[in-house]
Amino acid sequence: MEWETVIGLEIHAQLATRSKIFSGSSTAFGAAPNSQANLVDLGYPGVLPVLNLDAVRMAIRFGLATGATIARRSIFARKNYFYPDLPKGYQISQYELPVVQSGSLDILLEDGTHKRVGITRAHLEEDAGKSLHEDFHGLSGIDLNRAGTPLLEIVSEPEMRSAKEAVAYMKKIHTLVRYLEICDGNMQEGSFRCDANVSVRPRGQAKFGTRAEIKNLNSFRFVERAINYEVERQIELIEGGGTVVQETRLYDPDRGETRSMRSKEEANDYRYFPDPDLLPLAIDDAMIEAVRSTLPELPDEKAARFVAAHGLSAYDAGVLTASREIADYYETVVKGLGGQPKLAANWVMGDLSAALNKDGLEVAQSRVAAPALAQLLARIADNTISGKIAKEVFEAMWGEGKGADEIIDARGLRQITDTSAIEKAIDDVMAGNPQQLADYRAGKDKLFGFFVGQAMKATQGKANPAQLNELLKRKLAG
Amino acid sequence: MSLHTLTVAELSAGLKARRFSSLELTLHFLGRIEKMSPALNAFVTITADRALADARAADERLARGQGGPLTGVPIAHKDIFCTDGILTTCASKMLSNFVAPYDATVVERWKAAGTVLLGKTNMDEFAMGSSNETSFYGPVCNPWDPNRVPGGSSGGSAAAVAGCLAPAASGTDTGGSIRQPAALTNLTGIKPTYGRVSRYGMIAFASSLDQAGVLTRSAEDAALLLGAMAGFDPRDSTSVDAPVPDYVAELSRPLAGLRVGVIREFFDKGLDPAVGALVQDAINALRAAGATVRDVSLPALPLSVPTYYVVAPAECSSNLSRFDGVRFGHRCESPRDLLDLYKRSRGEGFGAEVKRRIMTGTYVLSAGYYDAYYLKAQKVRQLIAADFARAFGEVDVVIGPTSPTPAFALGSKTSDPITMYLNDIYTIGANLAGLPAISIPCGFVQQGGRDLPVGLQLVGPHFAESLLLSVSHQYQRLTDWHKRLPTEYA
Repeated sequence: MEWETVIGLEIHAQLATRSKIFSGSSTAFGAAPNSQANLVDLGYPGVLPVLNLDAVRMAIRFGLATGATIARRSIFARKNYFYPDLPKGYQISQYELPVVQSGSLDILLEDGTHKRVGITRAHLEEDAGKSLHEDFHGLSGIDLNRAGTPLLEIVSEPEMRSAKEAVAYMKKIHTLVRYLEICDGNMQEGSFRCDANVSVRPRGQAKFGTRAEIKNLNSFRFVERAINYEVERQIELIEGGGTVVQETRLYDPDRGETRSMRSKEEANDYRYFPDPDLLPLAIDDAMIEAVRSTLPELPDEKAARFVAAHGLSAYDAGVLTASREIADYYETVVKGLGGQPKLAANWVMGDLSAALNKDGLEVAQSRVAAPALAQLLARIADNTISGKIAKEVFEAMWGEGKGADEIIDARGLRQITDTSAIEKAIDDVMAGNPQQLADYRAGKDKLFGFFVGQAMKATQGKANPAQLNELLKRKLAG
Repeated sequence: MSLHTLTVAELSAGLKARRFSSLELTLHFLGRIEKMSPALNAFVTITADRALADARAADERLARGQGGPLTGVPIAHKDIFCTDGILTTCASKMLSNFVAPYDATVVERWKAAGTVLLGKTNMDEFAMGSSNETSFYGPVCNPWDPNRVPGGSSGGSAAAVAGCLAPAASGTDTGGSIRQPAALTNLTGIKPTYGRVSRYGMIAFASSLDQAGVLTRSAEDAALLLGAMAGFDPRDSTSVDAPVPDYVAELSRPLAGLRVGVIREFFDKGLDPAVGALVQDAINALRAAGATVRDVSLPALPLSVPTYYVVAPAECSSNLSRFDGVRFGHRCESPRDLLDLYKRSRGEGFGAEVKRRIMTGTYVLSAGYYDAYYLKAQKVRQLIAADFARAFGEVDVVIGPTSPTPAFALGSKTSDPITMYLNDIYTIGANLAGLPAISIPCGFVQQGGRDLPVGLQLVGPHFAESLLLSVSHQYQRLTDWHKRLPTEYA
């Protein structure tokens, strides 16, 4: 039987507010345990939550960027369960009426086509603290610094049909929240993580199969591996005569497998009800328009502009806009160069990316800043150096932190455009290789490349390639 | 006349005129508390050192000609309000070791007004009760008859003020917890509009119903103290950002022209006829003073008790989840594991009534029952609010008894929670609708050779505290029920 995979993702994006969603405590990562938890975060008797409007504005940004409906009235609800890192015994979330409803997002598939994925909802909620089960001699430690950190939970429709699609969707959301500056996207620190709902069904069947929810996936690679493992598991199970049970599963990255955490029967009854400590969240047109006026150019818009105005391919435009920092870097180079977008794009996606990867740096930490790269590319454009020499100069810039011109001058890499100097080099090569010259003239055209190489070598690679070709052709012809 | 029988208004005038100092006054009350509180069991904590320090500071201000009308006036707080550095127990074993690290807004505001804190008063555990018999610290006695309850849940505050151990005290009212004890102890007790007084630092029972207020011996005192407590607080999202009127200045509003609606549903078969007769006398007195009186019907109101006993337990079951033995409060000895820690800490820390409500609330919020109970109760709540709104289209205030009976005997209803719950039948409606309501003394019935006070309840539209206080004040100018004190405590 042929099986179809059905995937829906719930992405938790930690919102980049300075203070928590219902208290004034700082949200900065990495502070000493419990140093960023005030009486509200600790759930002390008598304290009350007060909504941080910056978190609301960020949710609206996300909603506007995904073409969603911004609910004029949404409700905070309590999700009740006991756990030591949940100080109040309930998490404040949104249940029946979330702030963002029915948006969508286009992802680029491997075959170059686009697919629209529905976003059912995105709601605001507070994060729990952390339970630390090591280093306490059999006891557990509780760190409530994270308790009350604002999260936007983004729930997709079950519209993805492969792990690759799921990853493409997750990456797109990751790109978007960073463009919108509502989430730092740091997956190691848990600022961006996801739960995947996975099921399989015979191809052509309309009814969904029973799903398993894989919790807390915090890397794109894990999402892909966990889904693929889970799909295999479910198909094997069904084909072996078994049935999939609805349950929550955990992915173990060390063993590359998912395993059962709790079944539906064991699931908590969260007893959701509207939080009486918070008024319904009312959002008016003025607030929405104020947020809209601060929206940046979004990745899809930017990519479309790169294609239309810069003449880039859709693929290149997609790569360059995958991160706002890369796109900004590229645009700065184009601006400094005064045009030549393809040259700039090739360098940003090629040598720059390679260098960044090699040193494990983000573009913001690049050893060659965008204006410096523009200066280098300008020297290619004005024939001061060849593209090949430029690679050498770039490497030197990366290593020494000096400007392109400085390196070109210091190393004498300026291209030779003086016709008589190039002619002299050609003459020397011809004189030194009479046999090859005779063979060429006898019709062995392939030897042209040999003469180019020899002449380049004679000029230490500095001859202008176009000029050299031109002159060589003429001289070899006799 | 001795100091302890003076009203807050009289004490305020005396302090200002330097007829006595705040220290003198405070020592006098502390002396009475020491002597008489053990029998009444009105206080959980007596803050003598703090009181003396507050009094000295007040005297210094008064000596410099500074301070406001409450500077140097001793008060007591219900032990549901967090007080910085002072034990705050909610009369529960669960919090019997809890020293609050901050002041509730109500505490902060009365402190800023210059009051002197005498102590923290006893109450029903987590404000769940109508007789003050659910307290971990034992029941409170009614100063009018030591064998009877003072009402609840603000029973300690009521007994302290009625017994002249404090001139005034704070209370909280979720379903009648200020008004019913006020009625049973001959006090004036006002529950303001939901949102009028900040709930910050007031340990939550049922968040959508809880409201702080005051228990005093006159409407004028209630006006003074409510004014010092009310107002917007950015730390409470449900507090309302509206200016607080000068309640004292508005007390002089005359009764002539006042439109009074008598709530027909309150004169039901559950009402003690002797109580009904006194309430009718009070209504007649208002009419004689120029008010027009008519009957109003609030047909959904009889549903208020079942509605309340879905909504309040639902909210409390969630609000009390934070008492888990992890960060503060009672923790069981040597827990085996996490579940054992939860079960035993909560099992040992909470009393029977609190557990009953947590279980009821957990049940009504559970999957499959939510719609039938919680959601339906919310709908009925809307109907009750709509009934009141309709009535206020025709009359300025609605009126009726506060409690169906006078104070009942200690222990007489503890074995039957439903009978106990029905005690709040007339007070719950105002909480469900978020309306301001006041109870004022309107006479006495004789039972067992004792005079037992009876309360008259007035309910007004949202933010009509001024009106309720002025009607009460004008009525108190015509009558002297509120001036009568229990003989043993006068």
